Amino acid sequence: MSKTTIRPAVNKPDQQNGATAPAKGRPTLEVIGLKKSFGTVEVLKNVSLSVAKSEMVFVLGRSGSGKSTMLRCCNRLEEPDSGDILLEGEQITGRGVNLDKVRRRIGMVFQSFNLYPHLDARRNVTLALRKVLKQSRDEADTRAAAALARVGLADKAGNYPSQLSGGQQQRVAIARAIALEPAVMLFDEPTSALDPELVGDVLGVMRELKQDGMTMLVVSHEMAFAREAADRVVFMADGHIVEQGPPEDIFTNPQHDSTRAFLSRYSYGQ
Amino acid sequence: MDQLIQQFFNIDIMMRAWPTIMRGLGVTLLICCAVIPLGLAGGLIAALASTARSRWLRWPAVALVDLFRAIPPLVLLIFVYAGLPFTGIQLSPFVAVTVAFLLNNSAYYGEVFRAGLISIGKGQAEAARSTGLTQRQTLVHVILPQAIRNVLPDLISNTVEVVKLTSLASVVSLGELLHAADLARSVTYNASPLTLAAGVYLVLIWPVVRLLSRYQRRISV
Amino acid sequence: MSNLDRFIETFLNGAVLAKYTPSILQGVWVTVELSILIVISGTLLGTLLACIRAYRLRLISFLIVIYADIFRALPPLVLILLAYFGLPNIGLSLSSFTVLFVILGLTLGAFAEEIIWAGITSTDKGQWEAARSTGLGFTRTLIHVVLPQAVRMVIPPLTNRAIAITKMTALGTVIGVPDILNQATTAQSFSGNASPLTLAAMAYVLLFLPFVILSRWLESRFSWKKN
Repeated sequence: MSKTTIRPAVNKPDQQNGATAPAKGRPTLEVIGLKKSFGTVEVLKNVSLSVAKSEMVFVLGRSGSGKSTMLRCCNRLEEPDSGDILLEGEQITGRGVNLDKVRRRIGMVFQSFNLYPHLDARRNVTLALRKVLKQSRDEADTRAAAALARVGLADKAGNYPSQLSGGQQQRVAIARAIALEPAVMLFDEPTSALDPELVGDVLGVMRELKQDGMTMLVVSHEMAFAREAADRVVFMADGHIVEQGPPEDIFTNPQHDSTRAFLSRYSYGQ
Repeated sequence: MDQLIQQFFNIDIMMRAWPTIMRGLGVTLLICCAVIPLGLAGGLIAALASTARSRWLRWPAVALVDLFRAIPPLVLLIFVYAGLPFTGIQLSPFVAVTVAFLLNNSAYYGEVFRAGLISIGKGQAEAARSTGLTQRQTLVHVILPQAIRNVLPDLISNTVEVVKLTSLASVVSLGELLHAADLARSVTYNASPLTLAAGVYLVLIWPVVRLLSRYQRRISV
Repeated sequence: MSNLDRFIETFLNGAVLAKYTPSILQGVWVTVELSILIVISGTLLGTLLACIRAYRLRLISFLIVIYADIFRALPPLVLILLAYFGLPNIGLSLSSFTVLFVILGLTLGAFAEEIIWAGITSTDKGQWEAARSTGLGFTRTLIHVVLPQAVRMVIPPLTNRAIAITKMTALGTVIGVPDILNQATTAQSFSGNASPLTLAAMAYVLLFLPFVILSRWLESRFSWKKN
């Protein structure tokens, strides 16, 4: 599990955003001193985290530990109260930032898929390509076909979300995100709304993305997958990151009490 | 029985009233062409304002919508047509009808659109924004198409009400269908022109009413 | 005179308001009376017809549908004029009050029938089966099990429709029912001032706004339950 290995990046380097290529060793995504409260409840208490290029980082923790909020702050679906977020070294928090430009470089996959029910799979993918990247219909269709092929759904381009299984819908959602060639992908519990037998397909797609060098930050309860595929596991409790490291270390030798409690509960559960 | 037919279904009188009534129908359709698009546009604006995040926008919008839902359209029409001239603003019957119905219809269409907008889960906007679509693009390409589809029966049924409402224009002597028929009635001392007008309304509206009932049954099964 | 003064002079003239408030209050009473009569009779009629339709007797159901369709498709003003000017010629002379009450009552009845029927048909089939399995007959099941659920389900749309139709009592003006609007237009032409119209509009707002707000509240409560 060496995260320093340089893999051939299948994604073309993103030329549209005009950002300079990240300096060697500079993380793709950096979260520094993030704080967020809902009313009087402090959900994130000073969270810092960085994700290196082509790294897959798994965030574990009980529900209510703040992991989803942290993820949603990364593309500012939630507005953090304070703290900085840097994408390829570029500050994306603060007032002057063009959020729409930033968000196209951060892909997001939701627990509930959030596919557009009035559009078929292809048009779910092409909407942002056409309206955000201003591609022509042909360009967008070509890129959508490639993205759908990448998630194994080349033949479902004409199907509407209601005609797809949950697993297929989530894969279309992944295609929708990767078609924009984002610098990093955020996964917010991508498999927890799925029937058990459909989880494998989605994880398979995520595994392939990782092999292709995609940078990924994943909130999920798929322990076995985290252990096998993640480069690093981050454990959150109570709005803090209490522990992080290579999956083997975290799973076999957790240092923190809450991590131990969480892992033992899960291993009993399985 | 004979008298009933003579009074309500007098073919002779209907034939004579026919050209007048057809002209009236033309005016009715013209009013519809002005009032329906304006009402839809006003309703959309009302709905966007009454679902806005800022309460300084939301509350006045909701209050205005409720106000215009509480005032009978005829009162609004007479206020605009007969009240405004006192301030020196003299509107033609057509403009008065358009203005009064714009206020009334915007409130009703606004409620329909609002129901559609709040029927769309937050996740749709989040997904759209996460791909870099702007707020406006999200509204136009993601939220509205779904919202409109969800409330299409209500939009159509409200439009039926708008078409029926155009009959009020007869009160301000705008020569639409009902006014034309009533004029023929007063000339002939016979109700048959009104029956004919009712028949025209039925031909115009009944198919839509039937369709809506069908649709309602389909979704309830 | 400033613009504001002129506006107040025209639309909120104290002297005119004072003089005509009593007659407008008389109109309020007529409007309230009519509204109550229409809502009660219309809702009862609609409920009754929807229940009869539940027996699915072909001919009777067909007639109910025809009635409901016609009264939903025709503008009430057309029916009001037709009844008011047509019926006397065949020897049936009704007062303008009666004509307005009958036509609007029948109109609300038609809408109420459709709305309650939709409620009855969308009640879970299991409710029928459960009630019948306990030995309740068709009529008892309908009255004690299905109808209460159906009515609860359709209260928001029914309230909206009832408000819309009782507001149409203003149409009575056209045939000379001495309702709020009629009193106001009369007062307006006597006084040569628009204040009576303002007063009428305010009377309607006071009368109907509480129900509009009630319907909004009913709707939000209803949609929360659904989620």
